[in-house]
Amino acid sequence: MSAFKVDARGLHKEFDGKHALEDVSFSVGEGEIFGLLGPNGAGKTTALHILLGILRPTRGEVSVLGRCPQRERYRIYPRINYTSAYVQLPFNLSVGRNLRIFAELYGVADAGRKVSGLMELLDIGHLASVRTGALSSGEQTRLNLCKSLLNDPELLFLDEPTASLDPDMADRVRALLQRVREERRVSMIYTSHNMAEVERLCDRVLFLHRGRKIAEGTPGELRRRFSQDSLEKLFLKLSREGELRDVKGENA
Amino acid sequence: MLSRYVVMHFRSAARVMELFFWPLMELLVWGFFSVYLQQRMPDSTGRLLPALLLGLVFWDILYRSQQSVSLAFMEELWTRNIVNLLISPLRTWEWVTSAYLYGLIKTGIVGVFLMGFAALFYALDPSILGFYLVPFFLNLMLMGWALGLFTTGLIIHWGHSAEALVWGVPFLVQPFSAIFYPLSVYPDWLKRIALLLPSTWVMEGMRELLLNSVFSWRHFGAALAINLVYLALAAAFSGWMLEQGRRSGQLVRMSV
Repeated sequence: MSAFKVDARGLHKEFDGKHALEDVSFSVGEGEIFGLLGPNGAGKTTALHILLGILRPTRGEVSVLGRCPQRERYRIYPRINYTSAYVQLPFNLSVGRNLRIFAELYGVADAGRKVSGLMELLDIGHLASVRTGALSSGEQTRLNLCKSLLNDPELLFLDEPTASLDPDMADRVRALLQRVREERRVSMIYTSHNMAEVERLCDRVLFLHRGRKIAEGTPGELRRRFSQDSLEKLFLKLSREGELRDVKGENA
Repeated sequence: MLSRYVVMHFRSAARVMELFFWPLMELLVWGFFSVYLQQRMPDSTGRLLPALLLGLVFWDILYRSQQSVSLAFMEELWTRNIVNLLISPLRTWEWVTSAYLYGLIKTGIVGVFLMGFAALFYALDPSILGFYLVPFFLNLMLMGWALGLFTTGLIIHWGHSAEALVWGVPFLVQPFSAIFYPLSVYPDWLKRIALLLPSTWVMEGMRELLLNSVFSWRHFGAALAINLVYLALAAAFSGWMLEQGRRSGQLVRMSV
């Protein structure tokens, strides 16, 4: 069994002959926040979906919590969770009911107290009886985060979790995620286009471009290696030039 | 999941209306048409009106049963919730079972409502089929579930562009199910096709009971056996489509 919470080796995914991922390998350790970065279409979401077991890789091996997410998904799912700016909870149910239903699906003990506690933590306690469809996008993002923390996951997949949040709430969410990581040693795989946020939160990041791994390391290492004073600039360089050359002028 | 479907349904005025409005409108049209036929062509047994009305009620039970299963899946697509469910500990069979039970509740309500309305307006005796209503209902439910699973498989394969199939698929079987007329009106080649549908055996069984006061266990057994085969095939087909959807990315493409 792998010592890593996530271990991906030689991931390859083709859609109708087009390469969405090509030979991508990475691993995520316990309590680590790992950033998957890259411009739109780089393959971040494809990689996330493969790790979540809802997409099969064309080639390569994946281990999540020491198990294969394709064959042993029901042993993995009670121990992980996921939130995305692009996924919602049913808009025709109230916030509280939506969370209680998912708490039941995850078999959360004392679901009522857990739901209330998380709603208070993310400042949506006053919205418990409001229809989910009536929430602002920021409130929906916080609701999704609540759902993702219901089962105290060991591994959390966060796809742009602070999208649509105002700076204050985004900052509180980042602080919450850091606290969750420190208190429970939760591992996280994080995608975001907010590079300042990534620098603050992520221990290591992996840059993808057109399905290929371009660079991997801590934010500090990558800044130094590619002579950029921020991840933001590194990201812009990558997006505009499509490749990275390190300080020695070698192609990454 | 079942309580969720029930709450979602009964909290929505549009869905509650859908449960009563369309079946009622159909019943009114077919009810008055049946009364007219009865007046113009009084048959010797006086069984034309109940046969037509029960045909309509039975068709609606089949249709709502199919809709419940397919719409349970569509509901998750429309609300963009499907990934949340796919990565939860909810097993596929639990999800399907909740959709089946949701269908059972909906069709039960529609069945009682239509029978009551037909009794009130067209003097249809609700006890005319007695206990045998249960086996007829069971077979129609099972066929609806099989059709619903099959439709869901098609939607997984073709995505949102195939949504119309939810409403269209049942109408592919309607003309060949001998609902408002007996099997004998079909040409021989079509009879053979019609007999592959459990609904045909149910409708023929219903008319047999009405006309001869005999419940045909042969009709019941044939419908049940075909239903079990179709349910197994539909489950295998939708499971295969789900797996293909995981492979091709179609499942996540239509989910987000």
